[in-house]
Amino acid sequence: MTLQTVLLLAAALFSIGLYGAISQQVVVMVMMGLELMINGLILAAAGFWWFLFPHPSGQVLLMVIIAAMTVEMAIGFAVATLLHRDHEADMTDMAGDLSE
Amino acid sequence: MFVDVVFWVMTVVAVVMGAAVFVVDSMARATYALALSFVAVGVQVLLLHQDYVGVIVILMMVMEMAVMAVYMVMFMGMNPALMPMSMVHDKRKALAAASVVFLTLAAGALLIPWPTRRGQPSSDTTRALGEALMGSKMLVMTVVSPVMVATIVAGIVIASKRSRYDRLGDDLRGAADHSADPQRGGVGR
Repeated sequence: MTLQTVLLLAAALFSIGLYGAISQQVVVMVMMGLELMINGLILAAAGFWWFLFPHPSGQVLLMVIIAAMTVEMAIGFAVATLLHRDHEADMTDMAGDLSE
Repeated sequence: MFVDVVFWVMTVVAVVMGAAVFVVDSMARATYALALSFVAVGVQVLLLHQDYVGVIVILMMVMEMAVMAVYMVMFMGMNPALMPMSMVHDKRKALAAASVVFLTLAAGALLIPWPTRRGQPSSDTTRALGEALMGSKMLVMTVVSPVMVATIVAGIVIASKRSRYDRLGDDLRGAADHSADPQRGGVGR
């Protein structure tokens, strides 16, 4: 286990998440893609922390990343609920209100 | 040696399950694949000696995926485990973009001459994190806490079906219309 291998794995997770976030049509699946991208970020930050500068402040940064992920999920679920309630939509293509 | 074996096993699990999220043909399977991927990353964070963060990642993600499964049953109106689905657009462009991003990041990871480690980790990283959060990094906690509260409030406001703004208008001064409410509720307005 080296910094390079950890970063490679993080890059793989980030790229898979990016593919999902771009290509998926269902709102929840797009959120899953975003989650996977943040998953890669968490791992990369943890790797940097351990291999480069194991100071407690790095762990605090990780807590901030996890908090951002929680906020994304909570508001994402709420918006998906609103979309579903408003026009029975669960696909991103059906939610073009702001582009009209 | 043991750490390396666990690391590589978890690497395979994280990547394969992460990819499975967008390959399997049902949302329930996708949810559990994502949960497994997160657990694998949580174990790797544990291997990187961040006990608290690793446990938090595992616990949070398992719960979150459980919520997600319930959510899908609620809104998709079907048994998600039995419903094949493939709903993608621009698959080729998305694959190309993801590949370019991966190659760029991987090249950076391998080619950059990373500096050597500065400083030594404290013997108890969880205690060090707690002391940082309650001491020199308290500003982070004081910022994250109101953000969390705002998220709770915003989540409820966005998702609630019929709020006081629907009944009383945007300025809350309109006449109360309770006709569409299942129960009158409120404080006698």
